[in-house]
Amino acid sequence: MFSYIIRRLVVAVPTLLILIIISFVLMFAAPGGPFTSERALPDAVMANVMERYGLDQPYWKQMFDYVTNIVLHFDFGPSFQYRDRTVNDVIAQGFPVTLTYGFWSFVVAIVVGVSLGVAAAIRHNTWLDYLAVGISIGAQVLPNFVMAPILLLVFTLWLGWLPGGGWNGGQWNYVIMPVIALSTSYMASIARITRSSMLEVLNSGFIRTARAKGLPTSRIIIRHALKPAMLPVLSYLGPAFVAMITGSVVVDVYFSTGGIGQFFVNSAFNRDYSVIMGITILVGALTILFNLLVDIAYAWIDPKIRY
Amino acid sequence: MALLEIENLTVTFQTGDGPVNAVNGVSLGIDTQETLAIVGESGSGKSQTAFAAMGLLAQNGAATGKVRFDGKNLLELPQAALNKVRSQEIAMIFQDPMTSLNPYIRISDQMAEVLTLHKGMSKREAVAEAVKMLDAVRIPDAKARITMYPHEFSGGMRQRIMIAMALLCRPRLLIADEPTTALDVTVQAQIMQLLGDIRREFGTAVILITHDLGIVADFCDRTLVMYGGQIMEEGATTDVFASPSHPYTLGLLKAVPRLDRDDDILQTIAGEPPDMSRLPKGCPFTSRCTFRQDSCADIRPALTDFDGTRRRACHVPTQEVA
Amino acid sequence: MFPEKAVVDGLADAAHLAEVQGRSLWKDARIRFFRNKAAVASLVVLIAIGIFAVFGGLIAQYERDFIDFSLMGANQTKGTPSFATGHYFGTDSSGRDLFARTVQGTRISLLVGLVGAGVAVVVGTLYGAIAGYFGGRIDGIMMRTVDILMSIPFMFVLILMLVIFGRSILMLFIGIGLISWLDMARIARGQTLTIKNKEFVEAAVATGVSPMKIILRHVVPNLLGIVIVYATLLIPGMIITESFISFIGLGVSEPNTSLGALISAGAGQMQYGVIWQLLFPLFFFIITLFAFFFVGDGLRDALDPKDR
Repeated sequence: MFSYIIRRLVVAVPTLLILIIISFVLMFAAPGGPFTSERALPDAVMANVMERYGLDQPYWKQMFDYVTNIVLHFDFGPSFQYRDRTVNDVIAQGFPVTLTYGFWSFVVAIVVGVSLGVAAAIRHNTWLDYLAVGISIGAQVLPNFVMAPILLLVFTLWLGWLPGGGWNGGQWNYVIMPVIALSTSYMASIARITRSSMLEVLNSGFIRTARAKGLPTSRIIIRHALKPAMLPVLSYLGPAFVAMITGSVVVDVYFSTGGIGQFFVNSAFNRDYSVIMGITILVGALTILFNLLVDIAYAWIDPKIRY
Repeated sequence: MALLEIENLTVTFQTGDGPVNAVNGVSLGIDTQETLAIVGESGSGKSQTAFAAMGLLAQNGAATGKVRFDGKNLLELPQAALNKVRSQEIAMIFQDPMTSLNPYIRISDQMAEVLTLHKGMSKREAVAEAVKMLDAVRIPDAKARITMYPHEFSGGMRQRIMIAMALLCRPRLLIADEPTTALDVTVQAQIMQLLGDIRREFGTAVILITHDLGIVADFCDRTLVMYGGQIMEEGATTDVFASPSHPYTLGLLKAVPRLDRDDDILQTIAGEPPDMSRLPKGCPFTSRCTFRQDSCADIRPALTDFDGTRRRACHVPTQEVA
Repeated sequence: MFPEKAVVDGLADAAHLAEVQGRSLWKDARIRFFRNKAAVASLVVLIAIGIFAVFGGLIAQYERDFIDFSLMGANQTKGTPSFATGHYFGTDSSGRDLFARTVQGTRISLLVGLVGAGVAVVVGTLYGAIAGYFGGRIDGIMMRTVDILMSIPFMFVLILMLVIFGRSILMLFIGIGLISWLDMARIARGQTLTIKNKEFVEAAVATGVSPMKIILRHVVPNLLGIVIVYATLLIPGMIITESFISFIGLGVSEPNTSLGALISAGAGQMQYGVIWQLLFPLFFFIITLFAFFFVGDGLRDALDPKDR
């Protein structure tokens, strides 16, 4: 197991490097530098600025320094737009917020989705199944940027139950709408995947054996069916994780939660390349880490996978 | 008194293409320690008869009729009571040992749970008992290998494990659904030998479901031939093989390759098996039958006794079938 | 394959003959699809939406970029949907006709969905078929590359691209297509692995047909079923992705618009009591997605041999 993790980590390193290289190439390929769009600066000042940000160095040196700083000091460099702020400041400020509602969204999507899917599969072709399928089909066409305005419309404007935005240190009534907006469509997907894989497992030979062995239904579901039925869900979690982090952009804009997505959008409009890059690379690293966890969980469930 | 008695069993599946009648009014019985073969080609309803008796039909299937075991009708038994009968009284092994063991659970756990659940044994006792049973089905080094997962065993070994698991509670009846179909020929012989030994050793009655007449001859006291979800004929295996009383049985026997006859061409039964969602009014075998008469297509022949111990469902007189 | 030659040496084989002589895959699939009421209804809805997107402009009373200054800033009271004014869907906050803009938004969203799915399907199928057909080390390298690319958060990279190179529909098409060919490649590879062991491929190999020709002539046509299903299910994903980008304000640029951009603009207006500016685009967005999902599901049930 240990060597398996090590090997997966070894693959993760080039992945991250590719991501960094892509980001860098894009930045170098950008028409003009990050400061060209500003009003024209005197040559001396420009040179000064370039030197300060290390932009006078050759490309490979810039990239090398950038990577070394991240790896050795976890330093993503200064913001190109705000003199008094580093990328690290931005991450420190926005990241805890994103992680908080992201975590809860993930929990809600998995718990509700899996329960709904399992219930539908067990009660196949009953009203419960139809209800679950209806919910998951309906929720699938409600991505976060559709869910968010609908929630705001209903719970803030019409009913006035929940505050329309802000974070307030993560108080529950501020967290609830971001979490629902972010998790709904993934909850639907997880429910659909769980249902169909559970149905397939329940029709498999080894479940028939378990029934022939006289096991009670609850034991058959929990002990024999759940693990294999979870495998497709598990492989969906990787992409879902990426999509949810991406969705933080929408949540932050609608609910002014102040997470990483808000900084990302602002930086995108201000052409603050270093912040965009920092966030992209951090998200990439997290994604890779998460996929590693998924792979480990997969290997743990499926004995046929050799480490 | 018969150990298991099935009376007028029908099985219907609701499918997207309409209802499919897999089993149509099957009645049969098996005595203690007896061996009964149910023979027929794919789709003849032989497996579904057994599944229905055990309450193992797929979700879209429904059974009517009576399945009596120990005076209880299994079709009407509440789930908990049925679970007591399963594996303690009637155990079942299946066609494909690759898929009938749970690939995600160790053999030890899969076997032990039967005993901890039904016999109230502790996990340790149960595993010890399971090892003994694996020894009995001649799995070498059972003690060490019991903690392995199914994929670490060969197909033949897995079928042995299935047999061992089925016998854990010493059931009085073992239903073997095509136990050798998915295995290599040499392994088939070993498994059949094992089943024979086990049957003698434990005194278990066996229903052997198969399309392979070759293994029936050596193994079973009685043979029952099914076609189109109905019984075509039934009798002592020696009688059925020596003097088949139904055109279908005759065709089946001619289709078995034999070394003691000098046939250049293997005979086959022309035509296709019937569409179970549109069974003809009369005998399901009519369209493929070389003996067919005018009445066959319209009137379903009743299953009637003859020769004292045999039953057959055919309009053609016995002596004409040869 | 050749029933007349097959020696039926047991009864089990007789049963298989029925399958050989059965209905053809496509005819069978068509029958199955048209039996699925939800899928057929969705297909009709989809055609209607297509007609709306292409010809809706003809019945619009205003150009999509015409600004009615008398309504500007007062659309809450004067811009309500009405047949009398000719603003069937009302006007937006800038006094533009929402009907004309919704027609155009639907058109762009459909276009992005179709083109994006097209790019993904072509690239993914060829990539997957090549990897699966050649197998061995080539397959290993190609699929490992897919694995690596899959764990890159492409949405962020796409946004980075749009920021750096500026917004353009072309960039959007390429970017969205490039994000989603990875899944297609995996699916196509898996199918190719089974197809390449079929007799007709072996026959082609034996007669010396070049590998690329085999892939294009024999492998890809047999991937068609699964590709069609996947493409149909991919389109709504594309539309969602484009809407997401437009929502952030990096999608198509004014005066062009898409459903995502319209929803975003509408959502910004609802606090002023203007609900229609959100609801009309939202309605078309949801209906379109629904229709694609149902048609895709219907196609999958009809074409996927696993469900038989």
